[in-house]
Amino acid sequence: MAKDLPLKIEAHDFSFYYGAKQALHSITLGIPERRVTAFIGPSGCGKSTFLRSINRMNDLIDGTKTDGHMVVDGVDVYSKDIDVVTLRRRIGMVFQKSIPFPKSIYENITYGLTLNERPSKSDLDSIVESCLRRSALWDEVKDRLHHSALGLSGGQQQRLCIARAVAINPDILLMDEPCSALDPISTGKVEELITELKDTYTIVLVTHNMQQAARVSDFTGFFLMGSLIEFDRTRSIFTSPSKKETEDYITGRFG
Amino acid sequence: MEWSIRLVASASIIVIFLILLFVMREAATLFVSASTTATESTSSSAPSGDLVPESYDPGAADAPSSSEPEVYNPDAEEPATAEPAGEPGAPGQFIYASKNPKYPEIYNPDTGLLPADIDDVESEAETPDTLARQNVLTKLAGDSWQPVGEVPKFGLAPLLIGTAKTTIIAILIGAPLGILAALYVAFFAKRRVREFVKPAIELLAGFPSVVIGFFCLVTVASFIQDLTGVQYRLNAVVGGIGLSLAVIPIVFSIAEDALSAVPKTLREASLALGSTEWQTAYRVMLPAAAPGVFAAVLLGIGRAFGETMIAIMATGNAPLSSLSPLEPARTVAATIGSEMGEVVWGSEHYGVLFFMGVILFVFSFSLNAVTELYVKKRLIKKFQGQ
Ligand SMILES: Nc1ncnc2c1ncn2[C@@H]1O[C@H](COP(=O)(O)OP(=O)(O)O)[C@@H](O)[C@H]1O
Ligand SMILES: [Mg+2]
Repeated sequence: MAKDLPLKIEAHDFSFYYGAKQALHSITLGIPERRVTAFIGPSGCGKSTFLRSINRMNDLIDGTKTDGHMVVDGVDVYSKDIDVVTLRRRIGMVFQKSIPFPKSIYENITYGLTLNERPSKSDLDSIVESCLRRSALWDEVKDRLHHSALGLSGGQQQRLCIARAVAINPDILLMDEPCSALDPISTGKVEELITELKDTYTIVLVTHNMQQAARVSDFTGFFLMGSLIEFDRTRSIFTSPSKKETEDYITGRFG
Repeated sequence: MEWSIRLVASASIIVIFLILLFVMREAATLFVSASTTATESTSSSAPSGDLVPESYDPGAADAPSSSEPEVYNPDAEEPATAEPAGEPGAPGQFIYASKNPKYPEIYNPDTGLLPADIDDVESEAETPDTLARQNVLTKLAGDSWQPVGEVPKFGLAPLLIGTAKTTIIAILIGAPLGILAALYVAFFAKRRVREFVKPAIELLAGFPSVVIGFFCLVTVASFIQDLTGVQYRLNAVVGGIGLSLAVIPIVFSIAEDALSAVPKTLREASLALGSTEWQTAYRVMLPAAAPGVFAAVLLGIGRAFGETMIAIMATGNAPLSSLSPLEPARTVAATIGSEMGEVVWGSEHYGVLFFMGVILFVFSFSLNAVTELYVKKRLIKKFQGQ
């Protein structure tokens, strides 16, 4: 485990409860800055719960409770004086199912930018173009920026959602199984995109596709039943896992 | 099973069309020549005169001594003449008897003209049909509504102004409140609050409108008067507030359904971008539900201008042409509601009331048609970029 890298996100004994049901058990890990960190594990093991704890999206669910610390940039996000809205502006999120707003492509990108400010039209235009270029969507949509985003294909919609998250210029990008609903070609494009973005952003990627984790991530964490079994460089996890469960999982014995 | 559903469905459609046809036929009597009208009305009303003679006595129409010709007079002095059935072109059955020398200025159904127009009759007497029609239109275009005066005036302008005034006030109050309440209940309220507030507001929709009217007449009117020191206790604002009480639950209920139907994932996506709950509600959820919310407002408008009892009780019900919201108003629906009960069957006044029914119908129909065909598309395009 590379101790030399600066950590962007740290969990210390972090536990999470849905009502009485404990979904995360004392997770401790550090996610390095400007790297891709992947979480793998069978479904229901708490990967999404952990991811959504980072930007406090779980607040939206009634009756949840946390324990321990979740630290982003040295600050505990669950401490009282944290403004959730500001926190979320620093942390972009891409969901499993692409969720474009029922607005035009252009408005989808500019949505996050116009929430608190009124940037000039030319600023917006250039941000829209650069975000769409970064997400490799520009050539496909430049002639229909003002058409509905709902008219895009599934893969295009997901890349639009990434562009939308990138547009507010966050430090961290959380991606919860962003390719699970995409065809192989779109998946390839999104993976390329992730590789490209990792120079700028700290990316946390949940995936149940181990090949994907192996392809794009630098670090991998393996979750099982709400516990973090192993966390290490991706190469180590896939070539010489130190835990029996990890080995069983990546060799396909369960999951 | 299926055939019975089909039967019920087609039956209800047929009933709707029959109602419309009936209203239009009654209104149409206005526009055909006076003599034809007489014939039609005679043949249609005579049977009831035969079977239930006390319900309507056409003979009363001939009573020249009646000083209030529009009032139904069961004690007609000439019961013998109460049998005009089948007598084509018997114009005398109308209240506004032309033979009465005491009232030379009274409307003459023979010509369909006011005495003032008599000069015209001479020049264009060959085409009484056209004349009658023109005359009706001129009357409807007049600027005062005095259907029971010695010279009845059927100017629709004050009624249309009154309807517009109260409807606009009702919508300006009702639509924002209804939509805000819907936003609150759909996105902000805790579950227990929602479970209480939603049925409570919807209960208001089932409130008898006479109770709302009464409440406005007594409470709201005094409140507004205390607040503004306005001269007329009952006015368009009070009426508009009353109507908005009928509009709010409709707007709320339909808008809330539309807002709740927007996928929750949109809300998450928006919040994840660092927007507040409120920004999410009005910039993402409300536009996503725009067609439904618009339909809600539309139904609210329909309710506002169609509402009768609140309009009768709370507006002051005076047909003024004033545009001031603090002066009394009278709506089309209220006019039908308050005058249909005492109008003389088959009279011009009667035809005008039915004609206003047609106006109400045509208005709500075109409101919906325009929305469906044009506005909704634009709206979806505007808010959803499609
Ligand atoms: N909203 C919720 N309410 C209650 N339990 C939940 C909720 N969401 C997830 N869980 C439970 O928490 C556990 C972890 O879920 P999740 O984080 O979604 O797993 P993963 O993303 O790894 O498939 C599962 O057992 C799941 O049933
Ligand atoms: Mg998941």
